[in-house]
Amino acid sequence: MATTAPEKTPPASPPKAVVRVGDAVFSTATLAAGILILLTLAGVALFLLVQSWPVIQAQATDPESITGGGFFAYVWPLIVGTLVSALIALLVATPFSLGIALFTTHMAPRKLAPVLGYTIDLLAAIPSVVYGLWGLMLSGYLVPIYAWLATYFGWIPIFAPDSGGDISQTGRTLLTASLVLSIMILPIITSLIREVFLQTPRLQEEAALALGATRWEMIRMAVLPFGTSGIASAIMLGLGRALGETMAVAMILSSGLLTGSLLLAGNQTIASEIAQNFPEAAGLRLSELISIGLVLFVITLIVNMAARAIVAKTSVKGS
Amino acid sequence: MQKSPTPGQVTSPATASGTGSASPATASGTGSATPATGTGGSAGGRKPRGTASHLTSARLPTWAPWGVAAGAIVVAIALSFVFTGGFNVALAALLAGIINLIVIFGWSLAVEGRRKAVDRVATTLVTSAFAVACIPLISLLWTALERGGPVLIEHPSVLNRTMQGMKGVLDQEYVDGEATLAGGFYHAIVGTVLITLASCIISIPIGVLTAIYLVEYGRKGSLARGITFLVDVMTGIPSIVAGLFAFSLFGTVISLVNPGAIGSVKTGIAAAVALSVLMIPVVVRNTEEILRLVPMDLREATYALGVPKWKTIVRIVLPTAISGILSGITIAIARVIGETAPIMVTAGFAKNLNFDLFSGWMSTLPTFIYDSQMRPVSPGVAAAASSERAWAAALVLILIVMVLNLAARIIAKVLAPKAGR
Repeated sequence: MATTAPEKTPPASPPKAVVRVGDAVFSTATLAAGILILLTLAGVALFLLVQSWPVIQAQATDPESITGGGFFAYVWPLIVGTLVSALIALLVATPFSLGIALFTTHMAPRKLAPVLGYTIDLLAAIPSVVYGLWGLMLSGYLVPIYAWLATYFGWIPIFAPDSGGDISQTGRTLLTASLVLSIMILPIITSLIREVFLQTPRLQEEAALALGATRWEMIRMAVLPFGTSGIASAIMLGLGRALGETMAVAMILSSGLLTGSLLLAGNQTIASEIAQNFPEAAGLRLSELISIGLVLFVITLIVNMAARAIVAKTSVKGS
Repeated sequence: MQKSPTPGQVTSPATASGTGSASPATASGTGSATPATGTGGSAGGRKPRGTASHLTSARLPTWAPWGVAAGAIVVAIALSFVFTGGFNVALAALLAGIINLIVIFGWSLAVEGRRKAVDRVATTLVTSAFAVACIPLISLLWTALERGGPVLIEHPSVLNRTMQGMKGVLDQEYVDGEATLAGGFYHAIVGTVLITLASCIISIPIGVLTAIYLVEYGRKGSLARGITFLVDVMTGIPSIVAGLFAFSLFGTVISLVNPGAIGSVKTGIAAAVALSVLMIPVVVRNTEEILRLVPMDLREATYALGVPKWKTIVRIVLPTAISGILSGITIAIARVIGETAPIMVTAGFAKNLNFDLFSGWMSTLPTFIYDSQMRPVSPGVAAAASSERAWAAALVLILIVMVLNLAARIIAKVLAPKAGR
């Protein structure tokens, strides 16, 4: 009945789009889910701010009540520790990531490459708390190397022993934590760089080889220049990951203040400070920990946004 | 033998002339270059030993990289004995690497020239980067097996006991050899399963629906681009910040609704919310990628048949992409199941069995590992018992994560759409 109606009387105005209940419900549901994500991110900032309000108040009225005598005095050694450990981790991980990415994309036998890539991905699958357990074990073995570093490079401030000429006897130092961090961010950087390398125009690679370039020259002329921005953003994302990594660092570092030397106990990062003190914290101390969490959130947000901006900028140029 | 003399006779003079005197001139001369190429090609099968063809420049034998590496390892081990009077793995490995690089560079420089030598050094460096990166992986898995395996085999009771009523005396008796290992992590396994399930219930619908919005409805609108950007940013939220967020959220809400209950902020559901913050972006990204792979033809065909959009999505797009979506979700679960920091901030460290997500502390495998290792039941010598339980739990956790990763791969293969695309 209804189907024959339009045929008899041609519509005077253009036909209206039929609004089906199913469509309306479904599109609203998906939109709501999307907006919920926006709200979550805003909520992270908002609720952290609400809970750290007591610290902001205390900073204004009575800074002495805050650990370290003032919020900034408390937070800046932690920021330094966080940045230093993340940067060392990057310094160690980046060359290896580049090497592994090159190996799996351009040098390993074609059939073996996916298996090798999967092996590196396994590193990413291992939970961070297990890295912490392993790092605790590893730290003991590193003590002789640290002793050697302190003996011969002790004149460099970061390798300086303490006033008694001793270094940490357990090896639970920021350097150990950074080394474990580097292993943890290695698979992330590697997989991002690998994707970039796989996108290198095949014709450019073949042209380089056809002109008589060796494989390394081909990589230098075709692969690396093409991937520069991708590598940069991969490193930035790795940095973001290293900044926020908590458990491994919290387990390896023994508590203490910023000393400046990588071979001594102490030198907390923001995340490890929170993890080590949160279970016992209450009142203002709790707010302090939440407020430095907010600082960490802002730092990682900036780093991640910068990384995405690099990608966005170059992908526009590339297309 | 009867059939082969002709090619054999052809190649051997060619090889002879190749090794002979006048060849450099032949190679450079344009006229005779073609026949030379022909004979060079047929002689290639024979590979004249010890003599280089003048068309392809001199090369190291194919075994050179492996041979040099093996030699370098032997020499390095010998040197490490000389230097330290004993075998030192780290020193030997370092020396082997350096010797290997120097020898391969020198040899290649002498035979093949500078450019090829640099290429060989780069290849060696890149290969050893991969080899070095495998060391921590192998060491970690081996340590977990070595320390956790025996505990699970000798004391399988750790799998069905909790830490309720655990005393340092019991651990001391175990270390002294007077009793078997007491305590276990059954409560942590239960907590892991419940909290992960709850976070799946929260994040899978939100994640999948958001992905559908991005691909099917939002297209290239500014809201869709904003969501995509924020999902990217959300991927980078440190896990401890996610935990602090859930803690702050529940703390703020409870203090507004029922200030008396402020002590009960730490619950399993708060942990599930924290994990959802980490899980949603992974689900969105994986699902979005898969949905974009569904061919446009399929959607257009159903629209042409008059099927409503929502039905197209539910009946055509989602079934086509289901294998990818499920494997993406499994990957997301594998990622959050090993999280420690958010759980410890939001659910505390429970010692007893707790099935109720909405009240009381809960323990998960990762927090159990952290708690056992960092705050052993009995300090001193008997802390070894806590450490053993921690490694056993770590092995179980690694196995769970590996199984999930493997499952993701199998799901992606088994459920993949059979029709050709």
